[in-house]
Amino acid sequence: MILFFFCFVLGIIAVLAGVGGGVLYVPLVSGFFPFHLDFVRGTGLLVALAGALAAGPGLLKRNFANLRLALPVALIASSCAIVGALVGLALPTNIIQIALGATIIFIALLITFSKNVERPVVEKQDGIGGALKMAGAYLEPSTGELIEWKTHRTLPGLLLFIVIGFMAGMFGLGAGWANVPVLNLLMGAPLKLSVGTSKFLLSITDTSAAWIYLNQGCVIPLMAVPSIVGLMLGSFVGVRILAVAKPKVIRYIVISVLLFAGIKALLKGLGI
Amino acid sequence: MTSQAPQAPPEQITYANLLFYGSWGAIAILLITFFVYVSGVFESYIPINEISQYWSMPVSQYVQEANIPIGWGWATLIGKGDFLNFIGIVLLAGMTIVCYIVILPYYIKQKDIAFVVLIILEVLVLCLGASGIFGTGGH
Repeated sequence: MILFFFCFVLGIIAVLAGVGGGVLYVPLVSGFFPFHLDFVRGTGLLVALAGALAAGPGLLKRNFANLRLALPVALIASSCAIVGALVGLALPTNIIQIALGATIIFIALLITFSKNVERPVVEKQDGIGGALKMAGAYLEPSTGELIEWKTHRTLPGLLLFIVIGFMAGMFGLGAGWANVPVLNLLMGAPLKLSVGTSKFLLSITDTSAAWIYLNQGCVIPLMAVPSIVGLMLGSFVGVRILAVAKPKVIRYIVISVLLFAGIKALLKGLGI
Repeated sequence: MTSQAPQAPPEQITYANLLFYGSWGAIAILLITFFVYVSGVFESYIPINEISQYWSMPVSQYVQEANIPIGWGWATLIGKGDFLNFIGIVLLAGMTIVCYIVILPYYIKQKDIAFVVLIILEVLVLCLGASGIFGTGGH
């Protein structure tokens, strides 16, 4: 019951701060609950997966997520997520704790300093993006404007998803924090499309890694189900609060919490 | 002047619809099986009051001490209250594979060789992950 309410609050905060549930769930639950990191990572992936599956249909129908952009990226990320999960489960827990702590601190800094661009300028589509027909259009509801998009720098973008997928599998974090900057800043996808495609992408990337954790026994239903349901309900409430909240304040709170959780994980890994 | 929203491609709509019904169905099943589990209607493989002895252990120790089956071994314990929850979890984790298989004919029809290959490879990757081939080991 405590875990359910904790995850409910996490779900609200995650929506208000514009981050995925997994990135808050893994460091905070492993830091403040008695569960071993193996179970927290397995459940973290299921939490991120459930959120992505629930959000995916709406995003796809409104063209805020695009299959042409997502499918090539997903193949790379999901294959590497399997490798990441296997490596993550093979390494000693303290090494994973240290790496997790460092990654969480990096994510907090990335959220602080990353300046995403609403509509990046892509003058000419590159060869790979053109061959994969990575282009489309969606309607921006706030302005009624038709936003047309295409990608560039597709190859370096795809290569970065090797690292993103690996880390998603290794730490069970989800990977929205990394997907969005790569899709937006590097490949030139508009921010709204990057956020939507990233969310949808998690439903594929996290699936592959989740199977590895599931098959190795890392899912305890008494822990997993309240976490999944709590975070999903929290997300629904968060969307409603978003209309009246001041997301900037929440964002700073999340950055502080992530820094704290990252340092805590780092110290735990170092045995301090 | 406001523009008209561009229609999503048919394969994207099919994927979205399937994902919608599949994932919400899986979550509903997960909720029902969880209530069955905590209500104690079915006997649990590990009694609820003993779970806390295990959840702070590394998974390899938990699997050994609680004699937990790995890979698809959970399916043999589906009649137990705790493992009953795996139906919803596995449905959630399996939805993407189903969606990929269903949209494959759209790309075959469009003769889009690159996406046909991408989809087949992705299904293979996900099936490999789900197969339990990698279900042994751990630290």
